[in-house]
Amino acid sequence: MPTSDMTITLDRVSLTHPNGLRAVNGISCGIGRGERVAIIGPSGAGKTTLLRMIATALRPSDGTLSLLDVDPWRLDRAGLRRLRSRIGMVHQAPPIPPRQRVVTAVLAGKLGQWPLWKALASLVYPADIGGAQRMLERMEIADKLFERCDRLSGGQLQRVGVARVLYQQADLILTDEPVSAVDPALSDRIIGELNREAIARGVTLVASLHAVDLALHWFPRVIGIRNGEIVFDLSPVKISDAMLKDLYASESAVVPTQDSLPVAVPAAGIRRRPLCS
Amino acid sequence: MKVAHWLVIVAAVAVIWTSFAYLSLDLGQLLSAEAQTQMWKYTASFFPPDLSLDYLTRIGEGTLETIAISAIGTAVAALLGLLIALPAAGRFGIVARTIARLLPNFLRSIPELVWAALMVMAAGLGPLAGTLALALHTAGVIGRLFAESLENTPPEPAMALRLGGSGPALAFLYGTMPNVLPQLVAYALYRWEINIRMAAILGVVGAGGLGQMLYVSLSLFQQPQALTVIIAMLVLVALVDGASAWLRDRLVR
Amino acid sequence: MRGEGHAIRDPAAMPRLALALLIIALLWPGFRLTEFDLGVLLDPRNRETMGRFVATFFPLATSHEFLQLVLKSTLETLAIATAGMALAMLVAAPLSLAVSRSLSMSRVGPGPGRLAGTAARLPARFVLMFFRSIPEIVWALLFVRAVGLGPAAGVLAIGVTYGGMLGKVYSEILESNDTRPAVALLESGGGRLGAFFYGMFPVALPELVSYTVYRWECAVRASVIMGFVGAGGLGQQMELSMRMLNGGEVSTILLTFLLLVVLADAVSALLRRITQ
Repeated sequence: MPTSDMTITLDRVSLTHPNGLRAVNGISCGIGRGERVAIIGPSGAGKTTLLRMIATALRPSDGTLSLLDVDPWRLDRAGLRRLRSRIGMVHQAPPIPPRQRVVTAVLAGKLGQWPLWKALASLVYPADIGGAQRMLERMEIADKLFERCDRLSGGQLQRVGVARVLYQQADLILTDEPVSAVDPALSDRIIGELNREAIARGVTLVASLHAVDLALHWFPRVIGIRNGEIVFDLSPVKISDAMLKDLYASESAVVPTQDSLPVAVPAAGIRRRPLCS
Repeated sequence: MKVAHWLVIVAAVAVIWTSFAYLSLDLGQLLSAEAQTQMWKYTASFFPPDLSLDYLTRIGEGTLETIAISAIGTAVAALLGLLIALPAAGRFGIVARTIARLLPNFLRSIPELVWAALMVMAAGLGPLAGTLALALHTAGVIGRLFAESLENTPPEPAMALRLGGSGPALAFLYGTMPNVLPQLVAYALYRWEINIRMAAILGVVGAGGLGQMLYVSLSLFQQPQALTVIIAMLVLVALVDGASAWLRDRLVR
Repeated sequence: MRGEGHAIRDPAAMPRLALALLIIALLWPGFRLTEFDLGVLLDPRNRETMGRFVATFFPLATSHEFLQLVLKSTLETLAIATAGMALAMLVAAPLSLAVSRSLSMSRVGPGPGRLAGTAARLPARFVLMFFRSIPEIVWALLFVRAVGLGPAAGVLAIGVTYGGMLGKVYSEILESNDTRPAVALLESGGGRLGAFFYGMFPVALPELVSYTVYRWECAVRASVIMGFVGAGGLGQQMELSMRMLNGGEVSTILLTFLLLVVLADAVSALLRRITQ
């Protein structure tokens, strides 16, 4: 496989936190262009740390990491910024200042790509109202365009965060438990829209998910991790209930799903319909 | 506890007595019949206030000048305060932070009137000195407050923008400013209210506005004019109080 | 759908533009009225004078004679603040008693004295307001003209201004406290002064003392500043040094002032802790 087809290459990547905790322990794997991958595992397994390393927010303490064919930590400042502008991340809690307007929050997705003058002018008058509006339409909150973010509900705010990443037109979309605080219908809608975006533009999507059913339903490739190590890396049709039970063994054999109360896995409890692109 | 109380009372009386003795002040003499008649004559010389149209026009100009001094002084202070607050909140490293921490403390610990006296020497008599004095003192007050609110503001929004490839300046403008700007504006308006009062009296050291008119008329023994200035000061302060109470009611509602 | 997107206008644009224009319209004449021209600071002549002056700020003036002078002025400043506060308390005590409604005889039992009582309280209220509305430095300016240069003017200015402030706050403290003991005394036929000293004073004392001490701290600062118009103390000394363009002396006095403020702060905190 030529390197240029790989979006993410991890080679024995580890990360030890300053307090000595080893969150990620020698993970190696490659994710190709246009792949859609879900990362599942019990809380504390290292999902977020792994994702934050891929987002260049954390620097691996060991091993090498290559993103979009470059090693981010060998780039100069400008190069790192260029790389980062191609990576979009949906955070668990949308990192949007409460008093900002929705339109500004969405347009901020392109700050890394716009020239400085345009970004400054957009503070005075939104540079691309139409663009922001289209992304909000996809999230079904177009009527909130000029609303202030502190007037939105949690679910609406999360959709603004997703709209920002859609607007960014990134080559690699990362989402860190984007729907853990959102009701099931909306979760499905958000994850579905992110998948449609990835398929439509042929970009890579990596999502860490708390709800196993969402992961199995929407993603053709699911990576299970525990204690900072990969337990399995398979197509959802090949993942058995026993494997899931084993993965979540530390959480008293309960596999978390979208229902607010996690239920024990019954044999056919989880739908498996990998979406074919 | 009781003994401590008595000690405090005795000490207080002793200190007060010593103070009068040290200043060789004789309250009896100050309240003597002769002093009283003199005081009364001096007081009477203020009446009636000079309410001629000509002088009232000049009072109006002085009032406008006072308001202008306070407004420009506060606006400049807000800008300076922002410039101080960025390094003081640690945005440019630890060395810049230490220096920038000391600066606002220094600026605000020197009272406006002392700054005014210094600025009169630097910029000459007139409103510019008063404006600069208010700007320097208030910059210290606002700078410190603003640095604190910058430090207390959540870093995640700006961090997320940095991860999206934006530069530090834009991440600050889009991620941090929306959180702190309302505080800055509210606090600058509040300081403006205080500064109007201050601008009215700064002039007694020659820094323009109503204070300077008061100083000049008292120096020329024009007590009726002085009384007019004092009345104008009281009216100005009362109007500012009323306006700010009205605005606060509206905004808080 | 896309066509519509382009037609959307930001509804906040007009209000923002209007606000920006309003601010400019208000500030623009301000710049002219204040003769705001930083060029003045850069004017070669001014710059030279100021530069020479600032250059003399270091080293500090530490000659024995001058330090003694500073010590004398510092003590004078402290004495002005203390004597002024004593005077202020003399002014405030009777006026606050007169103003305070809690000690109203007529309120104990509704009687004919009610209107008269209100009428008597009004002038006292007015005097307090008049005293505190005029800033201390203006009072100082007036008293310097009336009793001459020197500390007496400063003491009188603090006495009057702070008398007005103390009077207002004293009466508020008296009214906010539990008035039942005093009212009980009034009802059982006690006199007003008796009711005050036995019923109210003990309850309100810590708060009264705490506020007075806090005001003393402010008075120290104020008495330095009043020196600038000739009311004695450190401020007068600083004004002299400035006029002689002696930067070393100015910076010594400034440093002394800062230390004095810190000291007054500490003393007042200590006193308030003792009395609480």
